[in-house]
Amino acid sequence: MTDTAARTAPAEIQAQAQTQAQTQTRADAPQKSRGIQTPEVVGGTQPAPAPRLEALQAPQDGCTAAARRDAMQRLVAAGLPKPRDEYWRYTDPKLLNADTPAPLAIGDEEPQMFGSLDRLRLVFVDGVFDPAASDAPDADGVRIETLQAADAQPGHWIAQSYGALEAAGQKPVVRPFAALNTAVATNGLAIHVSARVARPVHIIHRRRDEAADVVLHHVIRLDAGAELTLIETGMAGARENTVIEADLAPGARLHHIAAIRAAGTRIGARHIFACVDEDAAFKSFTLSLNGTLMRHESVIDIAGDDSVAHVAGAVLGDGAQGPFHHDDTVFVTHGAERCESRQVFKKVLKNGAVGVFQGKILVKPGAQKTDGYQISQALLLDDDSQFLAKPELEIYADDVRCSHGSTTGAIDPVALYYLRSRGVPKDRAIVMLVLSFLAEALAEVEDDDLRAEIGDRLELWLNRHATADSHRAGSA
Amino acid sequence: MLEVTNLQVKLEDEDKQILKGLTLTVPAGEVHAIMGPNGSGKSTLSYVLSGRDGYEVTGGSATLDGENLLEMEPEERAAAGLFLAFQYPVEIPGVGNMTFLRTAVNAQRKARGEDELSSGDFLRVVRERAKALHIDADMLKRPVNVGFSGGEKKRNEILQMAMLQPRMCIMDETDSGLDVDAMRLVADGVNALRSPDRAFLVITHYQRLLDHIRPDVVHIMADGRIVRTGGPDLALEVERNGYAGIVAEGT
Repeated sequence: MTDTAARTAPAEIQAQAQTQAQTQTRADAPQKSRGIQTPEVVGGTQPAPAPRLEALQAPQDGCTAAARRDAMQRLVAAGLPKPRDEYWRYTDPKLLNADTPAPLAIGDEEPQMFGSLDRLRLVFVDGVFDPAASDAPDADGVRIETLQAADAQPGHWIAQSYGALEAAGQKPVVRPFAALNTAVATNGLAIHVSARVARPVHIIHRRRDEAADVVLHHVIRLDAGAELTLIETGMAGARENTVIEADLAPGARLHHIAAIRAAGTRIGARHIFACVDEDAAFKSFTLSLNGTLMRHESVIDIAGDDSVAHVAGAVLGDGAQGPFHHDDTVFVTHGAERCESRQVFKKVLKNGAVGVFQGKILVKPGAQKTDGYQISQALLLDDDSQFLAKPELEIYADDVRCSHGSTTGAIDPVALYYLRSRGVPKDRAIVMLVLSFLAEALAEVEDDDLRAEIGDRLELWLNRHATADSHRAGSA
Repeated sequence: MLEVTNLQVKLEDEDKQILKGLTLTVPAGEVHAIMGPNGSGKSTLSYVLSGRDGYEVTGGSATLDGENLLEMEPEERAAAGLFLAFQYPVEIPGVGNMTFLRTAVNAQRKARGEDELSSGDFLRVVRERAKALHIDADMLKRPVNVGFSGGEKKRNEILQMAMLQPRMCIMDETDSGLDVDAMRLVADGVNALRSPDRAFLVITHYQRLLDHIRPDVVHIMADGRIVRTGGPDLALEVERNGYAGIVAEGT
């Protein structure tokens, strides 16, 4: 569909990436393959912290205190992002920088996702763990504690892990909101996985306070050969700042599936930092529906040979109820041999929605036989929406295969005509074509049942918004 | 059943007239073939009748059982009983063939005020009709037309036709890209659908397909018009002598 779609893209669309840019790099000479280089990015230079930073209170006495102090220093050194910073050129950080979020009305709760799945449910209300609403947080092969409980235990493993991957992920690109999170977060989970865990762990977010400014920090440690499926659903606060650090020992597997539904003027910054050791596999898929300003960063360090890291996202943005801006920023570092990485991001944008993708593959010297792939595509359902993509490859090994592609397009008119000629009404045909567009990202969810449920939720959203559009058109 | 009268069509974006007063009547129960040289407007006729964008009707009319086709959306034409088997069926990744078929069948039933088929009933019917076209379960599960061979795509078109049970079937060069065996399968599928209350308009370059799908009437089209109409023998005449003579005589 995208071949044709790319040709029919409205002229107004600014696509930073060349449409259908495909770069195959199998460089004989290392210099040649360093085609797309970005300048080293340094953070803000203002010496004095902004008022917001001065007001931040970091817990002083837990076993993570040292890590928090370091994080605060990183944050003060970097400063909060400014719109002219290289990695914030397409996303204005103003709403994330604000002292407090604007209150956001609490709407009706969506029907629970994955309700039929046998899973371990952990409920957070405005970012605070609610044990009464949750299952007992114990299962074979996994030990789950709240961040607070772990922090209170001197010598807890978290003292070494908390903030470690986040700190490593600040180079070469600073990520101030992650440092801020490490400095001040008091809520979240410490998850230690020691074996293969059969039941998925499901974090469910609920809202109570209209103005909740949620800061969550989860630290996940997977021992050699351990395996976990981690699911996140629901909406955390009027504003969310979540950090997940996942450290995968050799042979470990982590499947992470997040379905982030936002409503109204919600804003959020999410970071996932993962370190993937030998033979390990990290797979993360995020479904994002709506929201005023969402920035999702994935920072993946492929550290062990023969390992696999996939990050994927499906984004549906409708600007009809207010501004929509969604930014996926990904940095995958290949530091080992024979590893595979995938970045698959698909955004469906309408009514003036804006999508951003900044994706980088860095192949370090010696990371031979790397297989890196990156695709970012936007489907614009009208002339008002916009997709900005910045794919980057930086390769210092000479026997690698890295490819990237980025396309921006509209619904393929021939495919639409084909479906309609079979009697499928236009609205419904568009929904089918949108699902078709998203299929490659959805395919990154390995589990059939989970994938089917996410597909159903997508379809529900699409049908609802198609109906809303035709109502607007009817009343206009 | 299908009445096309003095139909004149130009490209929307270009000042180029494609159909220049085409008149054609296809009664129920009959199979009509349209033959003609490249660029005579055969495919345009099929697109305009089924409602594809990009064309502007500048004169004339087209009705199906008295209903004005040209004022209807493509899906309304489908629900009214019109079906076009595409020359180039479209690939739709990520949408299962079965899901697509069921959505189409039920959308048409709904548009006609009929009850939707239950998934059990649908499955039974689709399996039976797929089997006749040598379409296996795997092809039903795969995304629509993705990775299908030329022959599989055309058989899939006929399966859609068999499931949707249209009354007016237009087939746009269904024989293109088919080997002899695939053509026979397609023709058998079409012949099985022939009935007194259904009509076919078969667009083709070659007489070969018409050996398998025997037409009642053959029209020769050139430069946007029907230039000659006759019985099945007319197709044989084209095969022997080419279009040149007929076209020259008709214009």
